[in-house]
Amino acid sequence: MLQPSATYRNLITVSAWLIALLIFFPILWMFLAGFKTEIDAIASPPALLFAPTWENYIEVQSRANYLQSALNSIIISLGSTALALAIAAPAAYAFAFHPTKQTRNTLLWMLSTKMLPSVGVLVPVYLIFRDLGLLDTHIGLILINTLINLPILVWLLFSFFRDVPYEILEAGRIDGVSFVEELRHILIPLAMPGIASCALLSIILCWNEAFWSLNLTTSDAAPLTAFIASFSAPEGLFWAKLSAASTLAIAPILVIGWMSQRQLVQGLTFGAVK
Amino acid sequence: MLGIQKKNIHKRRTLPLVGPSVASLLLWMLVPLVMTLWFSFQRYQLLSPQNRGFIGWSNYSYLLSDPALWTALVNTLVLSGVVLIITVVLGLGLALLFAQDFPGNSVARILAISPFFVMPTVSALVWKNMLMHPVNGLFAFWSSLVGLPAIDWFGDWPMVSIILIVSWQWTPFALLVLMTALQSVDPQQKEAAYLDGAGTFAVFIHVVLPHIKRAIAMVVMIEMMFFLTIFAEIFVTTNGGPGLSTTNLAFLIYIRALLDFDIGVASAGGIIAIVLANIVAIFLIRTVAKSMDA
Repeated sequence: MLQPSATYRNLITVSAWLIALLIFFPILWMFLAGFKTEIDAIASPPALLFAPTWENYIEVQSRANYLQSALNSIIISLGSTALALAIAAPAAYAFAFHPTKQTRNTLLWMLSTKMLPSVGVLVPVYLIFRDLGLLDTHIGLILINTLINLPILVWLLFSFFRDVPYEILEAGRIDGVSFVEELRHILIPLAMPGIASCALLSIILCWNEAFWSLNLTTSDAAPLTAFIASFSAPEGLFWAKLSAASTLAIAPILVIGWMSQRQLVQGLTFGAVK
Repeated sequence: MLGIQKKNIHKRRTLPLVGPSVASLLLWMLVPLVMTLWFSFQRYQLLSPQNRGFIGWSNYSYLLSDPALWTALVNTLVLSGVVLIITVVLGLGLALLFAQDFPGNSVARILAISPFFVMPTVSALVWKNMLMHPVNGLFAFWSSLVGLPAIDWFGDWPMVSIILIVSWQWTPFALLVLMTALQSVDPQQKEAAYLDGAGTFAVFIHVVLPHIKRAIAMVVMIEMMFFLTIFAEIFVTTNGGPGLSTTNLAFLIYIRALLDFDIGVASAGGIIAIVLANIVAIFLIRTVAKSMDA
């Protein structure tokens, strides 16, 4: 193949970096604003040089409802991830290692439930939650997040289990290992990276889920998505504090996303793109 | 197909393993669906709960004769269609760029995919207040530098603004998936094509594009599931307005159900949304199932 010329390579480098910075810019701008005073944050022309301050972070921390929302996000994300994995893993195991004639159709059917638009069922879910006293509770949101992510998790775990070489399982069976031993010593260690990326994906999806959070919570169980949305009210428009709160809200999930980008592709596309 | 192993291993009873998933998804699908269907034929307003009863197709005929529904339907299709085209085309272009080898490419890639991890409520607020604000926003400042008047983004170009925000969030997703797909294109195959005298464009059309076709189908399907029900971005920025200019189906149902407290009409709207989504879904799932066969 032709060796690309030096000019061509420089052009690629410069344009790729420029575009990357351009795409990242709103996040960077928000991050910087979190360290500005409110006056600097809305200054026009924009304040490029400013004395960084922690006051917004201290202020946001001191508002009890921020910590509460962050805690709610953590409880809901971890809770529904654990629950969804517990339900999805056995099914994915069965689909991958004990397929029947219905397996393929069941998998496609599961995916099709993901197409059920949330708005279409908002009213009954709202009424059921109201009658069961689940509105504005952690349990309620954990259940909803579990159900909406379940199809993706089954598919993802299925695609990871499917990649476990059959020969290894067979060898173990010839040596007479029991089912539990097979799970503990062969399958779970081999599928661990898959299970981990599955958990990460689920946490990211739950963390950023806004539709149900906004509609089914008011205060007690409101996660960060709802907390941040409350800043859209005009009286809440303090850009520097909003930026600090936003930075706190997205930082954990951004870092998780960066670390797991490769597995994430595999997960989001059900392993079809490697 | 789907890589299901054909070898029959132990004949184990799988019902206890599969049961919980299937049962919970079945409940999740059927219960609300049946209730939505039931309510959609009822007169049911939360503000006057005594006055309930079967009213046949009235909710549907009310909704179908309500211009708001058609506006919302058109907005839904325009929003999802335009954002889909932007993200796939831009994402493919950027994927071709970022799949190249250049100094610091892993860092640049991480920066470029970041918006995908930002929660929609945050990105909507940042764009609305800090970038697109007509007085203090950065865009207003930039346009003043070149002597142009500031644009009142959400006042004058509400749909364009929403499209911009959603595209910013989702182009990185297309970029991420398509870049991964590009990296698995067989370099020898490309080289062979070049040796046969094919130009860069011909190689792209005949070698690269067929290879990533499946990835593109995946991106389209996953994005469509999310775009048809965009909610947070509208909720945070325009609240569906001005007028109905950014009200999509999701937002219209939200307005009818939780702001107007009309369960009957909202349920009929829900059924319409489900029918619409299913038309899209049947088409998409068939395409994906087919592309996975290949």
